Amino acid sequence: MDIHISRKDRVLLVITYVLLALLVLIVLFPLLYVLLASFLNPNVLLTKGLSLNASDWSITGYEKILGNAAMLRGFLNAILYSTGFALATVVVSVFAAYPLSLEGFVGKRMFMVFFLITMFLSGGLIPTYLVVKDLNLLNTIWAIILPGAVSVYNIILARTYFAGIPKELNQAAQIDGATDQRLFFQIILPLSKPIIFVLALYAFVGQWNSYFDAMIYLDNNQLFPLQLVLRSILIQNQVDPGMISDILAQAELKKLSEMIKYSSIVVSSLPLIVMYPFFQKYFEKGVMVGSIK
Amino acid sequence: MASASIGRKQKPSWIYYVFRNYTLYLFLLPAVVLTIVFKYVPMYGSIIAFKNFSPLKGIMGSEWVGFENFNRFLSSPNFYDIFMNTLKLSVYGLLLGFPVPIVLALMLNQIRGARIKKNIQLILYAPNFISVVVLTGMLFVFLSPAGVINSLVTMFTDKPISFMSDPAYFRTVYILSGIWQGAGWASIIYVAALSNVDPQLHDAATVDGASLLRRIWHIDLPTLKPVMAVLFILAAGGIMSIGYEKAFLMQTAMNTPTSEIIATYVYKVGLQSGDYAYSTAIGLFNSIINIILLVLVNAVVKRLNEGEGLY
Repeated sequence: MDIHISRKDRVLLVITYVLLALLVLIVLFPLLYVLLASFLNPNVLLTKGLSLNASDWSITGYEKILGNAAMLRGFLNAILYSTGFALATVVVSVFAAYPLSLEGFVGKRMFMVFFLITMFLSGGLIPTYLVVKDLNLLNTIWAIILPGAVSVYNIILARTYFAGIPKELNQAAQIDGATDQRLFFQIILPLSKPIIFVLALYAFVGQWNSYFDAMIYLDNNQLFPLQLVLRSILIQNQVDPGMISDILAQAELKKLSEMIKYSSIVVSSLPLIVMYPFFQKYFEKGVMVGSIK
Repeated sequence: MASASIGRKQKPSWIYYVFRNYTLYLFLLPAVVLTIVFKYVPMYGSIIAFKNFSPLKGIMGSEWVGFENFNRFLSSPNFYDIFMNTLKLSVYGLLLGFPVPIVLALMLNQIRGARIKKNIQLILYAPNFISVVVLTGMLFVFLSPAGVINSLVTMFTDKPISFMSDPAYFRTVYILSGIWQGAGWASIIYVAALSNVDPQLHDAATVDGASLLRRIWHIDLPTLKPVMAVLFILAAGGIMSIGYEKAFLMQTAMNTPTSEIIATYVYKVGLQSGDYAYSTAIGLFNSIINIILLVLVNAVVKRLNEGEGLY
C-alpha cells in the first residue's frame, strides 16, 4: 500500500536521516582515528591529517606490542579466565535452572527467593574480599572465576527458556521411564543450545573486558589478564621499558609510546569488534530474552 | 485403579519427592554452595561494619562498637563532597542518558530500508564491546592537552583545556563518554518493542491525516511506556551504586574534588589503607540508600503509571 507522505513529514524524515548519519560519524570517528593513529605517526596525523608520505606510516607499534611478553601473557591469561568463567557460569546456571523450571518441583519458591535476595543485597567489596582471602584464593584463577559464577540473571534466563520447551516432550519421555537426569541430558540440553551459546558469549565478553576483580584479587603480574596490562600502558602511562629501551631521542620516544597506545587498543579490541557482527543476532537475543521475565 | 490405590497407601510426602528426585537437588547444589560462600557469607561478614574489626581476632572475636564507624563517615569532612559527587554523577547521568536510546530507537524505526537499518545498528552497537580500560585510555589520548580534541579547541581559544585533570570537566566527560558507549546498545530493547507495533495502526492514522510527529506521540511512545517505566525504576534504584570501574580509572590526583565517589572511596579506604570495618560501613550505608531509593522510585512510578511498577 502506498500512502502519500506529507511535505512536513518528509522534512522531518530528512532531518532524521541527517541526524542518524551524524551519530554514525560520531561513533565511527574515534574508532577510525585510533586505527589510523596506530599506523600513521600520531603527530603527523594531528597536525597535517592524512599523509601520503610513506615514511610517516609504520607498523612499529604493532611489532613492539606483539613482541612484548607482558602483553602476550595478558592475552593468554584473558583467554584462560574468560573461557573458564564462561564455562563455570554456564554449567552452574544451566544445572540450577533446570529443576527450577519444573512444575511441582518441591522447594522451588524457597530456592528462587534464596537466589533472588542476592540480586538486591550484597555483602559489599570488603567482606567479599575477606572471604576470597580466607579461602586462600588470592592470586589464583579461582578468585576470578568463582565469586561471580552464579548469576541469578543467567539462572532466570535459562529457566525461562526451559519452561518454554513443550511439556509433551517431557511427558512422553517420562512414560517411557526416563529419569529426570536422562531427560535433562538427552532432551532438554540438545534443545537448549541457543540459550547456552548466548549465556557463554555474554560471560566470555564480560570477563574479557573486565579488570576490577583481577585488580583486587591478583597482585602477581604473571597472572594479569589483558585489561590490567592495558591499564598500565594506557592509563598509568607505563609503557614497558623493554619495548622502548633501544630508543634514545625524546621526541622519538614520545611518538613511539603514543603509537604503542593506539596499537594496543586495536590489538585488544579487534577480536571482539571483528567477531561481534557475526554474533550480533545472539547478542540481541540475550537482551531480548532478559526483558521477558 | 491398582496404581492409584498404591499411591494412596504410600502417601507421597515431600520427603518422598526429594528422595525420588534427588538428582534434581544435586543439580542445584553447585549454585547453592557458591551462593552461600560468595554471597551469604559476605552478607554475614558485613557485620564488621559495627565492630572494631581486626583480622587477627576474626569476625566473632572483634568487639562491637555500634554505629561508631557510620558516625565517623557521616561526620568526616569528606562526607558531604563524596555524597554529593556520587549523587550528581548518577542523577545527571540518568537524566541526560535515559532519553537518548529512546530517541535513537524512534529514529531508527523511521528507516525503511532493512539493510541500511541493520548496518547503522551494527555501527551504533559496536562501542558497547570496548572495555572500560580501553574507553578510558581513548579518553586520555583524545582529551590530553596535545590531543585531537584540544587541537580543535585551540583553534578558538589560545589555551588547551585539561579535560582529564580539571575537576570541572570530570562529570561531563564521564557522562558523555558513557552515552557514546552505551546509548546504541540500550536502544535495542526499544527498537524491539517498536517492531511489535502493528503497521496498520500507522497506515490508518496516516490516512486520517495524522502527521509523523503525532503518530510517534500517540502510537510509538505509548508502546514504549511500560519498557521505559521498568528501565527507569531499575536505573533510579541503582543511582547510588554507580560503578567504580570507570570512575576509578578516570580518577587523577587533580580531579578528585569531583571524581571521588562513594565506590572509589570504599576501595581506597578498604583495600589501599586496610581499614576494613570503616570501608564496610560506608558500603553498607550506600546499599541502604539504594534500597530506599528503589522502593521510593517504584512507588512514584507506580502512581504515575496506572499501578504498573516493578513489583
